[in-house]
Amino acid sequence: MAVETSTWATKKGLAQMLKGGVIMDVVTPEQAKVAEAAGAVAVMALERVPADIRAAGGVARMSDPTMIEGIMAAVTIPVMAKARIGHFVEAQVLEALGVDYIDESEVLTPADEENHIDKHAFKVPFVCGCRDLGEGLRRISEGAAMIRTKGEAGTGNIVEAVRHIRAVNSGIRRLASMREDELYVAAKELRAPYALVAEVAREGRLPVVNFVAGGIATPADAALAMQLGADGVFVGSGIFKSESPERTANAIVQATTHFEDAHIVAEVSKGLGAPMRGIALEAIPEGERLAVRGW
Amino acid sequence: MRIGVLAVQGAFAEHVSTLASIGVEGVEVRLPSDLVGVSGLILPGGESTTMRLLIDRWGLRDPILDLARSGAPFLGTCAGMILLATTIADGDPPVLGLLDMRVRRNAFGRQLDSFEADIVVPILGDAPVHGVFIRAPIVEAVGPGVDVLSRLDDGRIVAVRERNVLATAFHPELVGEARFHRLLATMAAAHADPGEGAGRRPHPTRRGRAED
Repeated sequence: MAVETSTWATKKGLAQMLKGGVIMDVVTPEQAKVAEAAGAVAVMALERVPADIRAAGGVARMSDPTMIEGIMAAVTIPVMAKARIGHFVEAQVLEALGVDYIDESEVLTPADEENHIDKHAFKVPFVCGCRDLGEGLRRISEGAAMIRTKGEAGTGNIVEAVRHIRAVNSGIRRLASMREDELYVAAKELRAPYALVAEVAREGRLPVVNFVAGGIATPADAALAMQLGADGVFVGSGIFKSESPERTANAIVQATTHFEDAHIVAEVSKGLGAPMRGIALEAIPEGERLAVRGW
Repeated sequence: MRIGVLAVQGAFAEHVSTLASIGVEGVEVRLPSDLVGVSGLILPGGESTTMRLLIDRWGLRDPILDLARSGAPFLGTCAGMILLATTIADGDPPVLGLLDMRVRRNAFGRQLDSFEADIVVPILGDAPVHGVFIRAPIVEAVGPGVDVLSRLDDGRIVAVRERNVLATAFHPELVGEARFHRLLATMAAAHADPGEGAGRRPHPTRRGRAED
C-alpha cells in the first residue's frame, strides 16, 4: 500500500472539512479553549488580534513559537498561525512546529513587496488573502490550498469584506459566462494563469475553499458573508473584543450554520451585549489599510 | 427516495454531489424538520466538536436516533465516524453511540500526517478504494456485532459496518468514489420499500392477494 502524505487532496481537503464553520483568532490557550467550546472549527494562534496590531503600530511578525505550541496543546481542533507575506523562513518555522495551516497574512508587516511564498515547496497547507478573483488565482497558482477574502482586519467593519467577496464571486460568474476564446484575454486581464482561469470558467467556482475575513463582528455579519457565497468565516478581533466573547462566539457559529434562516439569526443575536466598537473605513488613512498589502 | 446529509458544518456539499452523481437526491439537514421523509442519513467530515454542539443546540440527537432505530441506513465519514461511535478514546462522551466501536480522534497526528492511500474494501469489489485521510480517526476496537470492512496494511481498522450503520475513517466523497453511497442508497431503497417478500408492504400489482 503506497502512502503519500501532504498531497494536494489532503491540503485542500482540510479546508473542505472546515466549511460552514468559524475560524477564530486567539492569543492564549484559555481563549483557544473558549473558542473550541463555542464551536470554532479551527483557531488562528497569534500574539495580538488585528485590532491591537493596528493600535500598536510598528512591525507585526510571526508569533512566539512557545505561545503557538501552548495553543496547539490546549485544543483538538486545527491550529493555524500567521507568517508575513513572502517570509518563507517564518513559514518553515511554523511547519517545523507542526501547525495545521499557515496564513500568509497581510495583517502582519510584509517581508517581501514583490514575491509571495512559494507554497508548493511546503508540506503544510496555506491560506492566503485576496480582494478579487485575479489575486485569489495568483495565490492558488503559488500553492495556496485555501483562500480568504481580506476585508479590512481589526475594524469590526464588514464593508470591505462585502466588497471583496462580491468581487471574487462576480468575477467567477463573469468567467463562467464567457466563450472559450475569450478566456485568454480574461486571464491576461486577471493577471492569473490561463489554466486556472479556464478551470474556474468550466466549473463555475474556485478550485479551493474560500472563506470571508476582515470585519465580521456580529452573527448577522457572518450570515451576510455566507449568503454572499462564502464557504465559512474568519472572525478575528470580533470575538475577544466584544463584551461577551463566549456568547458572541457561539452566536456567530450558530448564524454561520443557519445563515439562510433569519428566525434563527434573530434568536441567536438577542442580548449579546456590545460587539467590538469598530472603525469607519474613512477614519483609516490609506497608508494604514492592511488589505492593500499583497499583490 | 431522498437521503439526508447532516449539514450543520463540514464537507456536506461533497456528499450531496456524490449522491447526485448516482442519481439520488441528497437533502441538507440542519434542523429536525429536515429529517422528515429521508430514507437514510450521511454524517460528513468536519469538526466533530463543532457538530456535537450544533446537534445538541437544535435538538437533532433524538430524531436522528429515532431514524436509526427505524432501520434507515447511516454512513459516517471521518468526523461522522466519531459521531457514530459508542466510545471516544480521549474520554469525551459519545455523540450518537450507534456503532459499537472505540475510535481515537486525530489518530495519525496533525495535518502534516494526513495522507492518501489505496485500500481494499472487499465488499465493494476488487478495485481498490482511494482513501483520503485528513486528520483521520482510527477504530481501536469493535464490538461483537460489528463487521470490519477494511484495514490498513498494519492491521488498523478504517471501515466498519454494524447492521444499518456504516462508517469510514477516510473521505470517499472527496475523490468521486461513489460505491459507499451506492451501497447506502441500496440499503435506503430497501428500507423505504422492502417489497413484497418483506411482508410489511404488499407489491402494488398484487394488492388484492396480499390483503386476503
